[in-house]
Amino acid sequence: MSNTPLKIVVVGHVDHGKSTLVGRVLHETGALPEGKVEALREVCDKRGMPFEWAFVMDALQAERDQGITIDTSQLYFHTGERPVLIIDAPGHKEFLKNMITGAASAEAAVLVIDAHEGVQEQSRRHGYLLHLLGLTQIAVAVNKMDLVNWDEARFKEVEAEIRAYLAGIGVIPTHVIPVSARSGEFVREKGQAGWYKGPTVIEALNGFNGAAQATDQALRLPVQDVYKFDQRRIIAGRIESGRLKVGDRLVFSPSGKSARVATIEDWAGEHVTTLASAAGRSVGFTLDEPIFVERGQVAHLADNSPVLAHEIRARVFWLGREPLVKGDRLKLKLATAEYSVEVAAIERVVDVADLASHEAEVVQKNAVAEVVLRSRAAIAFDAFGANARLGRFVLVHGFDIVGGGIIAEAAAASRNIYAVDHKVTVDTRAVANGHKGGVVWLTGLSGAGKSTIAMELERRLFQKGWQASVLDGDNVRHGLCSDLGFSPDDRAENIRRVGEVAHLMAKAGLLVVTAFISPYRTDRDRVRAIDPDAFHEVYVATDLNECERRDPKGLYKKARKGEIPEFTGISAPYEPPAEPELHLDTTGKSIDESVAELVAYIEARFGNLALVQASA
Amino acid sequence: MTMNHLDQLEAQSIYILREAFNRLDKIAMLWSIGKDSNVMLWLARKAFFGHVPFPVLHVDTHHKIPEMIEFRDRVAKEWNLPLIVGENRAALDAGMGPHQGRVNCCTALKTEGLKALLAQHGYTGVIAGIRRDEEGTRAKERVFSPRNAQAEWDVRDQPPEFWDQFKTDFAPGTSLRIHPLLAWTELDVWRYIARENIPVVDLYFAKDGKRYRSLGCAPCTGSVASTASNVEEIIEELETTRISERSGRAQDKESEDAFERLRAGGYM
Repeated sequence: MSNTPLKIVVVGHVDHGKSTLVGRVLHETGALPEGKVEALREVCDKRGMPFEWAFVMDALQAERDQGITIDTSQLYFHTGERPVLIIDAPGHKEFLKNMITGAASAEAAVLVIDAHEGVQEQSRRHGYLLHLLGLTQIAVAVNKMDLVNWDEARFKEVEAEIRAYLAGIGVIPTHVIPVSARSGEFVREKGQAGWYKGPTVIEALNGFNGAAQATDQALRLPVQDVYKFDQRRIIAGRIESGRLKVGDRLVFSPSGKSARVATIEDWAGEHVTTLASAAGRSVGFTLDEPIFVERGQVAHLADNSPVLAHEIRARVFWLGREPLVKGDRLKLKLATAEYSVEVAAIERVVDVADLASHEAEVVQKNAVAEVVLRSRAAIAFDAFGANARLGRFVLVHGFDIVGGGIIAEAAAASRNIYAVDHKVTVDTRAVANGHKGGVVWLTGLSGAGKSTIAMELERRLFQKGWQASVLDGDNVRHGLCSDLGFSPDDRAENIRRVGEVAHLMAKAGLLVVTAFISPYRTDRDRVRAIDPDAFHEVYVATDLNECERRDPKGLYKKARKGEIPEFTGISAPYEPPAEPELHLDTTGKSIDESVAELVAYIEARFGNLALVQASA
Repeated sequence: MTMNHLDQLEAQSIYILREAFNRLDKIAMLWSIGKDSNVMLWLARKAFFGHVPFPVLHVDTHHKIPEMIEFRDRVAKEWNLPLIVGENRAALDAGMGPHQGRVNCCTALKTEGLKALLAQHGYTGVIAGIRRDEEGTRAKERVFSPRNAQAEWDVRDQPPEFWDQFKTDFAPGTSLRIHPLLAWTELDVWRYIARENIPVVDLYFAKDGKRYRSLGCAPCTGSVASTASNVEEIIEELETTRISERSGRAQDKESEDAFERLRAGGYM
């Protein structure tokens, strides 16, 4: 039998006796150091309370004062057949983050249920989370049987209840064991209850299987760091699955760059090299070509790549103090990579009490939900079911880990996969941003509302996660065009420069909104000609009388008095577009209504990536 | 190529050391001269292919057993370690010692000495060789464990830590303790020392029926009855003993929560 300890987590509702069971198991297997029991007896006497097995694990003063486990802890013991690392997890809802901290590394679990109280909220939640974390080996200990006088009928009731719940999530418990952690019956030795023929807790632990090493799966080696301490350039990382050999041609996703493994480096008191390595090892290797490699990339073999997608559908357990809502931006950490993601949709929230799904707008603390996450950069991953280590992630907000999740699949997979290319093209930018770049050119009289609309439009698009930016007189006249006046020639040059800049920004992926009177058709057509597909002319049609009535800056009044020469609409012409892409009639409409009309137009024209996806 | 338990522990510790080195700006490793921190140094040299790419700190309480200081200076030279030695000069000058209370002495000479050293160099991460099996509050520790600006440990509200995704984001002014040996046991450490042939101070080996199981300051570290005079015999002894490792460490025993209070205040 392997000398590797089996990792077991003990979970269940608060006060159902998890820590007591763990303390008892450690005592029965002789794992407690000499004098420990006597020392704890002294502590309990001093506190004027009966002997408490839970104090073995509940070492914190706050835990002993309140009689609850706050944080998870771990201890080794030997069952006589195998070494075990036992992980005690808190049952109080408030400490779910600590329960997950303990449970996430376990290979098997013991779910403790109070015979008197039966299945409670955290019994279900813990059962559900164990399953979500990928644990399938679960034994149930129905504890405090002494308090129900070892009543078989009561045991059967609790057993039926927990079996029904676990069946709902596809889990069959290995055993359901009647136990008294306090008296020790059925912990190691059998006790009362001649009607029970199954194993004791220790015997059940002996029956669990250890996790298999992932050597037979496809190679996944997330790059952890690149070292250049000496003349060698060593790429360091842990082999999460598969095998690595000298001579293997590695592909790094998502960059798509490729090179062969030249050496596998090691150190054993002196420099050594090896020819091969496998899953679980933290390795270092050199390549035969000096390609660019950085942390976060995943090395794999060419014939078995991870999935690349910008959108993933995942089941998330949320630990944040504030609820999770659509549109939230978070940092997603998967293996060694970090991605900036946005919550694109909350598809359903799971009620762990009855396993029903509900549509919901928010995910509350400690809840589980199916969500769609959208990333700017392509995420390299495997579905959790295919390769757990590349299919799970944590979410970070500010400085804190606020949740974790497992990836079901790429959301809208056919739309998501794009050819890995060395160049950043207009299309790859569009896929990353979730929208195309372009120029939305607002033209119209002074006072028509162009700047106000443009600013509000920018704000709304930005809130939707768009890369949007406004160019207007205020930000170009002071710099880019500070040498220009208002003569027809200068106006033409002003518009030409703005047009060139707007198109450059659009090529960089931005949705550019411009707000210039731009009265001359020929000037606007010249801007359109730079890239006709990207140029959308919007005529902000507010008639002269209305503009003159609004006169927000008092310019019309001055122009009428002749104080401003060549004022558009008064002493200089305005040539309305003959065929604008959008005719925005603002008469009788609020700014909000006009902006809403524009947002709808922009989403339809720039937000639909079907064409981009098809061509990429 | 199947990995045994020591292989797994080694790979995990190397992963942790590399994470700390990559994710944190300014890190250092604590070296107590004890067996655990020697193993940790060895693992760092494995992780970084023969190099130790950060300073190695030793907080000198001037109450250490003299053999430890000799060992420190010899190994630091042999391994070419970037060693920095710190101390709480003011407390030493004021005559601090265990006669003023063991917990007080530990706090002043170790914790405050360490805090001063960290503040002086502006480290945001410090790697320490504590293990879960040593003591109940250490069993509750995280691998990446945050400390506030006063280097205090908020044991009641620790961050979640799972799937090897560690807390590497933290507010300015706060810092992290990194614990690469958290999952190791005393026995694992000795088996690894045997396997890798890692040097340790002779004080661990029995002389006249006694040996040190845990090394600290001379006044507070007692020896235990033992005939184990080499690494193999120590492993044999530990496979059967039920005496706890820190049984010889007097500062833990001043009160029920002595060690928790020491640690919450910034002790390793």
